[in-house]
Amino acid sequence: MTTETKTPVKKKSRSVGEVLKNMTRHQLFIPVAALVLLVLFNLIADPSFFAVSLKENSLGNPVLSGNIISVLDNASELVLLAIGMTLVTASSGGQDISVGAAMAIAGSVIIRLVCGGRVSVDTMQTSLILAVLAGIGVSMLFGAFNGVLVAYLKIQPMVATLILFTAGRSIAAWINNNQLPIVNDQVFKYAGTFIPGIPIPTPVFITILVILAFWLALKFTNLGLYTQSVGINANASRLNGLDPKMIKLLTYVILGACVAVAGFIRVSRSGSINYSRIAENIEMDAILAVALGGNALGGGKFNIYGSILGAYVIQFLTTTLFKYNVPSTALPAYKAVVIILLVVLSAPVVREKMSHIKKSSKRAKEVA
Amino acid sequence: MQEGAVLELRGISKFFPGVKALQNVDFTLRAGEVHALMGENGAGKSTLIKCLTGVYPKDEGEIYMAGHDKPVTIRSPQDAQNIGISTVYQEITLCPNLTVAENMYIGRTKGNLTRWKRMNKGAGKILKDLGIPAAPGQQLSSCSIAVQQMVAIARAVDMDCKVLILDEPTSSLDESEVAKLFKLMRDLKARGVGIIFVTHFLDQVYEISDRITVLRDGQLVGEYVIEDMPRVQLVSKMLGKELGDISDIKKASDKAADMTSVPVLEAEQLASAAGIKPFDFSIHKGEVNGFTGLLGSGRSECVRAIFGADRVSGGTVKVNGKSVKIRKPLDAMKQGIGYLPEDRKLDGIIGDLSVRDNIILALQVMKGFFRPFSRAQAEAFADEYIKKLEIKTASSDTPINSLSGGNQQKCIVARWLLTDPVYLILDEPTRGIDVGTKTEIQKLVLELAGEGKSVTFISSETDEMLNTCSRLIVMRDRKVVGELKGEDLNQDMIMSTIAGGEAQ
Repeated sequence: MTTETKTPVKKKSRSVGEVLKNMTRHQLFIPVAALVLLVLFNLIADPSFFAVSLKENSLGNPVLSGNIISVLDNASELVLLAIGMTLVTASSGGQDISVGAAMAIAGSVIIRLVCGGRVSVDTMQTSLILAVLAGIGVSMLFGAFNGVLVAYLKIQPMVATLILFTAGRSIAAWINNNQLPIVNDQVFKYAGTFIPGIPIPTPVFITILVILAFWLALKFTNLGLYTQSVGINANASRLNGLDPKMIKLLTYVILGACVAVAGFIRVSRSGSINYSRIAENIEMDAILAVALGGNALGGGKFNIYGSILGAYVIQFLTTTLFKYNVPSTALPAYKAVVIILLVVLSAPVVREKMSHIKKSSKRAKEVA
Repeated sequence: MQEGAVLELRGISKFFPGVKALQNVDFTLRAGEVHALMGENGAGKSTLIKCLTGVYPKDEGEIYMAGHDKPVTIRSPQDAQNIGISTVYQEITLCPNLTVAENMYIGRTKGNLTRWKRMNKGAGKILKDLGIPAAPGQQLSSCSIAVQQMVAIARAVDMDCKVLILDEPTSSLDESEVAKLFKLMRDLKARGVGIIFVTHFLDQVYEISDRITVLRDGQLVGEYVIEDMPRVQLVSKMLGKELGDISDIKKASDKAADMTSVPVLEAEQLASAAGIKPFDFSIHKGEVNGFTGLLGSGRSECVRAIFGADRVSGGTVKVNGKSVKIRKPLDAMKQGIGYLPEDRKLDGIIGDLSVRDNIILALQVMKGFFRPFSRAQAEAFADEYIKKLEIKTASSDTPINSLSGGNQQKCIVARWLLTDPVYLILDEPTRGIDVGTKTEIQKLVLELAGEGKSVTFISSETDEMLNTCSRLIVMRDRKVVGELKGEDLNQDMIMSTIAGGEAQ
C-alpha cells in the first residue's frame, strides 16, 4: 500500500456558496428552514403573533399567555411521542401507529386510580405519583407487547401495532367501566396546566425534563450506537455480541414510557378523558415529526433533536393557522399543503436534482 | 478510432469531493477480445465502469463507439444499453421470482402486450445457442448463481451488445461454474463481442484475457498484451512496488506454535443448527490452522459453530482446558474469540455508521451498555488502527460503506484486533479485495501468530491457505474428511483429500 495519501486536504477558507451548500445538506436544514419561514411569515403578517403577556387565569394565578407559549405548551405530547418514535423507527425500520390509542390507555389507568372507581372526585383517591407510575408501567407493558410482535415474531411494525391501534381505545374505556370520570382536584391539573406561582405551563417543564433525560441517556449509555447498529444491520450486530431482538423490544418499551407521560399530560389538561377523541391522529403527526427531522423512516441512523424540532414545527404551523382563523375543519387541508412541500423538499431525490440544477447553472455562468 | 476497436475512452476524469477518482484515463477495447481491467481497490476500476455505463456523469473526456462518428453521450445505464454496452454485475440484478425468459425480456417489450409464446421461444433459442443449462419457463431463483449470471449475459447478448462488461462475475462461483462461464465468454468472443472483465483473481485473468489494462490511484498505468506480462510484474504494477516475501515470515512463525501445550480452544463433537456433522477441533497458542473444502462443504458453518453464530446443538468446548458454554457470539467474545464473517456486507459492516463506530463496536459491546467510550477515546482507538492497518479513509467519521471493499475489510479486522483476542477466526478475509490487501492480511495473520495469538484462516484460494496455515482441516459434504500438516501440506494432497481419494 502506498503510505502517502493523495487526497488534498482542503483549507478552511470556504466560500459563501460552499457554506450554504453544506448548510442545505445538513440533516436539520429542513426543520430549521421551516421554522425560520414560519417565524418570518408571522413577523411580516402580524408581529403581534409573538406578543407574550402576563394575565391572570381563572384561578387567579398570574400566567404567561401568547402564541409562542401556546406552541411550546401544546407541542409537549407530540415532542414526547416523536422522541420515542425516533428510537422505534431507528431500531425496527417501522413505526408504531398505536401511540394515540396507547395514550388513551395510559390516561385511563391514571384517571381510574385517581378516581378510585368513582365518576367524579374532588380529591384524589390515590397518590398522584403512584397513579402516574402505574400508568407508565401499564403503557410500557403494552409497548413490550408491540415490541415482542415486531422483534420476536417479526411482524411488520405497522401491522403489529395496528392491533393496539384498533383495540386500544376500547381497552381504555373498559378500564373505567365505560364511564367518563371527572377529576376536580386542582392538583391533578397541575401537570397539564400551571402550578400556582409559576407562570410557565407545566408541560413545557416536563418536556424539557424528558429531553434532558434522553440527552443524558444518549450520552452516558450506548442506546444510540446499539439502536442504530441494529437498525442498519441486525445480522452484523448479532455477530458483534448484540441482541437485536432485545434492543428492538427495548425501544418499544421506551416509547411506551414516553406515551404514558404524554397521556398523563393530556388527561391532566382537562381532568377528564374522552376515549374516542383523546390524542386522535397524533400518531401520524408523530411519524411526520420523525420524517421532518430528516430521519429515514426505513430505520438506521437517527437524530433525535431533528424529530423534536419537527414536532415543534408541526405545532407552530397548527397554531399559526388557528391564529388566522382557519376553520378547524379546513385545518388539515392547509397542513397537508405545507407538509407536502416540506416532505418533497426533504426527499433525497429532489435534493439531488436541486444540487444538480445549481451546479449546471453555475457552469452556464462560467461559460458565459 | 483505432483499427478494430469497438470502444475507446479518451482522457476520462472524474472528481469526487476531495478525491480525484479518475485522472485522464484512456482505455481501448477491440472487437472479439477479453480485456481485463485490473487494479487495487480504490484504483478507479468501478468508477471507470460507472462513467462508461452512465451511472456517474464523467467530468472530462470522451467516449467513442464503433459506428458512431461523434463521441457518444451516455447519461444513464439505459443510454448505455441502447448503444450496445451491457453490464453484468457481481450481484445479480435480475428478478429472482420471474422466469428466465421474463428476465431476459423485461423492460424491452414494445407496446403493452407481451407475446409469451414468442418470448419463450426466443429465449429458448438464445439459451440453446449459448449452451446455457436453463429452461425459459424456469423460475430464475431455481437456477444456480452461475446460471443466473449466464442468463444476465444472455439478456445482454440478445440486446445486441457490442461491449459486455463483467464486473467481478466469478467471485461467488465455484470452479466448475467458472469454467462454464469462461466457455460462454469464449463463445461471445468468437461472435466479435468485446468483453471488459473486472476481477481480483489472477489465475482467471491469465486463463481468459487477451489484454490487461492496469489502473492505480485513479491513473492509467498501462495497457499490456497478456503474453508479455508475467504475473509478478502485473502485481507489482498494480501495487506500484515489489511484493514482500511471505514465505520467510512463515518459517519464523512455524516454531512459535507449541503443539504439546493445552489447546487454547478444544471442541468435541460440536454440532450446530446449520446442519454440519459433529466435528472435533482444537487450536494451540500461536498456531494458524484453516478449514478447506469446496464452496458449501461446511467450512463456514464449522467456525460459526465455534463462535456461537449459529445455534449450537451439541458438543463440548474447552477454553484453556476449562469447560465453557458458548451459546451466542457474546459468550465467545468474552472468551477472547473474534470472528470475521464470510459475507462482509451482510454480516460484517454496519453500513451507514462511521468507520470509528464500526471499529469500536465489538469492544464497546463487551464493555457494556452503560459504559460507552468517550468520543476522544473512540477516536484514539479508530485513529490507531486506521494508521496501523493503513485504512484509506477521509476520516474516522466517514461512513464505512463509502470505503472500498478492501478497506472495509480492514475495518472489520481492526474491530477484532481492538478486542485483543486470544483466538481470531477469519472466514474469507481476502474475498473480493485487492491483491495488495490480500498480502497484507496474510502477513498480519502470521504476525499475530508470532505474537502468540491463535488464528483460524479460511480462504477459497488454496495458495493463501498454504502460505499461512500450518494445519489444514479438509471438509467435504458438511463433514471433516481429513487433516493435513507438515509434509502433506501441498496443493495435490489438498485436492485429492477434497476429491475423496485416500491415496494420491
